Amino acid sequence: MAKVYTSAVIPAPATAVWSIVRDFNALPNWTPFVADSRIEQNKSPDQIGCVRNFHLKDGGRIRERLLALSDYEMSFEYSILESPMSVDNYVATFRLIPVTDLDHTFAEWTAEFDAAPEREDGLVQSIGQSVFAAGLAALKARFAR
Amino acid sequence: MRVDLRLSTVIAMPIDELWAILRDFNSHALWHPAVAASAIEAQEAADQVGAVRSFRLKDGSRIREQLLFLSDLKRTFGYCILEAPALLRDYVAVVRLRPVTSENSCFWDWRASFNPPDAERDRLTRFVRDDIIEAGFAGMREFLRSGRTVDLRQAMTAPAARAGAEAVEIVLTRYGGPEVLQPRIARIKEPGAGEARIRQTAVGVNFIDVYCRRGSFDLVAPGGVLGMEAAGVVESVGANITNIRPGDRVAYACAPPGAYASMRTMRADFLVRLPEALAEVDAAGLLLKGMTAGFLLHDVAQARPGSTILVHAAAGGVGQILCRWAKALGATVIGTTSSEAKTQPARSAGCDAVLVYGDEDLVTAVRRLTSGRGVDIVYDAVGRDTFEQSVACLAPRGHLVSFGQASGDVGAHSIDRLASRSATLSRPNYVHYTDTPEKIRAQSDRLFEALKGGAVVAARPRTFSLAQAAQAHAELEGRRTTGSLVLIP
Repeated sequence: MAKVYTSAVIPAPATAVWSIVRDFNALPNWTPFVADSRIEQNKSPDQIGCVRNFHLKDGGRIRERLLALSDYEMSFEYSILESPMSVDNYVATFRLIPVTDLDHTFAEWTAEFDAAPEREDGLVQSIGQSVFAAGLAALKARFAR
Repeated sequence: MRVDLRLSTVIAMPIDELWAILRDFNSHALWHPAVAASAIEAQEAADQVGAVRSFRLKDGSRIREQLLFLSDLKRTFGYCILEAPALLRDYVAVVRLRPVTSENSCFWDWRASFNPPDAERDRLTRFVRDDIIEAGFAGMREFLRSGRTVDLRQAMTAPAARAGAEAVEIVLTRYGGPEVLQPRIARIKEPGAGEARIRQTAVGVNFIDVYCRRGSFDLVAPGGVLGMEAAGVVESVGANITNIRPGDRVAYACAPPGAYASMRTMRADFLVRLPEALAEVDAAGLLLKGMTAGFLLHDVAQARPGSTILVHAAAGGVGQILCRWAKALGATVIGTTSSEAKTQPARSAGCDAVLVYGDEDLVTAVRRLTSGRGVDIVYDAVGRDTFEQSVACLAPRGHLVSFGQASGDVGAHSIDRLASRSATLSRPNYVHYTDTPEKIRAQSDRLFEALKGGAVVAARPRTFSLAQAAQAHAELEGRRTTGSLVLIP
């Protein structure tokens, strides 16, 4: 099993960051790599089990299911149903924790998945850098003064 | 109602380096500003789940906490309070580090949960938030800035250092001012044949430690530990030990140095068993200075009924003991002090007259007080500033005992001047009067006898925490102290 871990400190209060990222349908609003997104079957984006169906800017289509969402922990989990990446058992977790002394936010984005052994390192690298780190960097830039 | 605090910060340091410090359950003695001293009980390792750390806060309160879990995988540990004075009921805390991958720093999350009485809720919440957690974050930043982590990492990773019991000791990082004294964690070896390990509860601070720190004496090399005197309880003994047993209250005042520590393994036959009536903290303030006064008054020179003696720094640690004991031996005692404020303790110690430096020419004043004759013995530990005057204060066939140099090295002087008085000059060194078990026994027996008879009294010393050793040195050198100074591990 491969694991991806990325994190960053966002210069804004956790509630402000959470109000943006808790929307499971909002990837186009805050990431640089998603072109469009919709929630299937007209469900609400905070209904557990809903599926987001989105296109990357490079054209790839991904479907992901919301497995858990917690306003208490400021976290959510999701799995990949379909993607061009050929990964199995992919589960990702996004979590915010307040940095209390500065009133900033620690953001953590992690994933676990199975893939062909020779492809694991490349996938960890591309998911970690091109997706998670790029998303967190965009959040950071959004709140930087 | 339960209080749940969750505080966090970001520390600009690779997570593995910060975790290496934090995962040591006893390291808070080094980085947390509220902790004066700490030790892991029962010789357990500092990363053993179930280990108990017993520590003292700088406000004097004692706390025992137990490690409940520790995970190197998740870089987290949790602990609970077993004993504390502050009504912190059902207190559980969890520390967790997470890496910030975007900037090679780490996120430090510290939660505490407890169940205070309603009336104390606000006060205790503020205490835990401000004085424990926030102060801990600030203390760690300061600790990392200070560069002391290098010593700590060496202490924690050196393979030889894994055996033995963990202790805090004050290391001489180089020769110099008080700031060269810094705490580190060390492993104190198991006692071998003829040795005992002592859990030290009080460490005496003496001017000889200052001389060692400055490099005036070469008893301690940089990297070593200062200190000639401590008191405590025997924790374990090696083979062939008959004079003491675990649990005995003991003290020592002898070379080799190494007393500035919470625990020490040393030769058992150098240990002195304490009289029932003598508290350990008082013993650590008395033994070395009292044994010094003993051999200065009996072996180096003889203070007798009818003799007149001059004691410099009469309000100091050795000075007060010298004055009282000389008085009990029948001598007339003139003391000197550096300030008016110190004349009172000098008088209380038995001085018949007290002179303040700078008020009047010392030699003139001594001549006036002795009808022009001068004194039979001068006890001078001030050194450079007083040596010439001390010689001039002597009566014919008088004896100058120069036993210290608090103001600086005495320097070179012609011996011809001694001829005008047929004077004797002694420069005794403590070590030569206390370097065998027999000598130590004789000196300590004489001291404890004098203590019983009232010729010597054990004044309560001024105390500092062990970590404040540098501050204690600064106070001692700054002539701001009267009586003895003791460090409490």
